[in-house]
Amino acid sequence: MSLPQDFWGRIIFIINEYGLSLLKGAGTTLLIALVGTLIGCVIGLIVGTIQAIPISKKDNIFKKIFLRILKIIMSIYVEVFRGTPMMVQAMFIYYGLAVCFGINMSMWFAAFFIVSINTGAYMAETVRGGILSVADGQTEAAKALGMTYTQTMLYVILPQALKNIMPQIGNNLIINIKDTCVLSVIGTVELFFATKSVAGTYYTYFEANAIAMVMYLCMTVSCAKLLRLIENKLNGPENYSLSTTDTLAFTSGLLKYPNKKEAK
Amino acid sequence: MSERIIKVKNLKKNFGKHEVLKNINFSVKKGDITTIIGASGSGKSTLLRCINLLENPTDGEILYNGENILNSKNVPAYRAKVGMVFQNFNLFENMNVLQNCMVGLRKVLKMNKEEAKERSLYYLEKVGMTPYINAKPRQLSGGQKQRVAIARALAMQPDVLLFDEPTSALDPQMVGEVLSVIKKLAEEGLTMIIVTHEMAFAKEISNHVVFMHNGVIAEEGNADRIFVNPKKAETKEFLQRFIACA
Ligand SMILES: Nc1ncnc2c1ncn2[C@@H]1O[C@H](COP(=O)(O)OP(=O)(O)OP(=O)(O)O)[C@@H](O)[C@H]1O
Ligand SMILES: [Mg+2]
Repeated sequence: MSLPQDFWGRIIFIINEYGLSLLKGAGTTLLIALVGTLIGCVIGLIVGTIQAIPISKKDNIFKKIFLRILKIIMSIYVEVFRGTPMMVQAMFIYYGLAVCFGINMSMWFAAFFIVSINTGAYMAETVRGGILSVADGQTEAAKALGMTYTQTMLYVILPQALKNIMPQIGNNLIINIKDTCVLSVIGTVELFFATKSVAGTYYTYFEANAIAMVMYLCMTVSCAKLLRLIENKLNGPENYSLSTTDTLAFTSGLLKYPNKKEAK
Repeated sequence: MSERIIKVKNLKKNFGKHEVLKNINFSVKKGDITTIIGASGSGKSTLLRCINLLENPTDGEILYNGENILNSKNVPAYRAKVGMVFQNFNLFENMNVLQNCMVGLRKVLKMNKEEAKERSLYYLEKVGMTPYINAKPRQLSGGQKQRVAIARALAMQPDVLLFDEPTSALDPQMVGEVLSVIKKLAEEGLTMIIVTHEMAFAKEISNHVVFMHNGVIAEEGNADRIFVNPKKAETKEFLQRFIACA
């Protein structure tokens, strides 16, 4: 089959011939982006939460030293992975470690690892900011009830912080969908890699990349929409229903009722 | 003689070089309703926050049933026995009204769900908030929020309840609903320490009044003594300003 001359003809030709491999590439992109964002969020949550732990004068010396060292290690991690290009990190981790230390990781593992660890570095700062943005009064009220630091974090602060950083998580997912394209340097056959081979074979750079851009756009727009839906779900209903429960029915053990026996 | 639940001895608190509490001594008996009055910046909030250790005192002792809680290893357990109601309500924004009351019972007192719900509903009923158990804090008026905050503190069944200007952030028409809840608690004999600028309320409700001035207790005594017959010049001046305002 020969290559048509007009734009739409070429588009249809590419879709017919290579549609499946492009879709597979898009699937890979989406998979890496979703898993990477998810694991990245978990890493970010852990690192950000640890970085937000205050070191008080009253703590014992071992706890203080341990926390300080942990915090230093974590800020080095954040700075290194935020401060260097993901493409260079990919080359360094996949090829560099193999050449230098003989660490041969699978391409898939490397791909997930790189995206996760990168997202984690960004999310750590976001989570820390989210924790700090929750009003002091919330912590004080929790303490005043007798909650420990961990309980306060778990039940009061983190749920509010997470809700506040949801837009940021969405942002990261979109960035990841786009940025997985740098993984083509380690041979991950995601959407960009697939597009390159299609474009190269028939010299259809314009058409193949047009298709790829539409596919990227579909993924990012639908992910953004999905996250907005989740966000709204988390916000809960705008209205509340006035409870019509007869509360007396619940307080049986606490309230005194007129004694029926006396009436008889 | 009834027992002293809380006894503050030589309490000092500095913020940097600023001496906010200079040498505070006072005590609270079971069933006492103590109001703390005084000009803005005199250290009333700081004193109250020291009592449940939201601030760390610089020096001195706070005895709770005779035990110095500044040496206590288990601060959360102490705080669970001393409730606090804040000026800005500080309801948990991520929970509805019922959950706000239940969370302390479930997580701190380790109650089971049914028990915690039953007790929360009992106290929400007391403050007239049962119809709103499903509402989120942002859907309530200031007065309603403060009543929920009171129910949340009461549900822990504390030995002492601290109030830091519970009506100062409220619109005038909502002050009454909160004050009447506090009056009801007073009638039931709950031990309370209340920082307030509502002088008429303080006079009516308290059996002990502490007047603070520049980080010291300038004068204290029963309500009639302080309000009708103050001895110190500072107290007279402070009260006169309030009468002039009213
Ligand atoms: N965290 C803090 N850091 C530094 N200074 C503080 C802090 N908290 C309070 N202060 C200072 O301590 C003094 C007493 O404050 P406090 O809040 O106890 O006064 P107050 O009597 O409650 O006043 P108000 O009636 O306005 O609430 C003030 O001068 C205040 O500026
Ligand atoms: Mg104050």
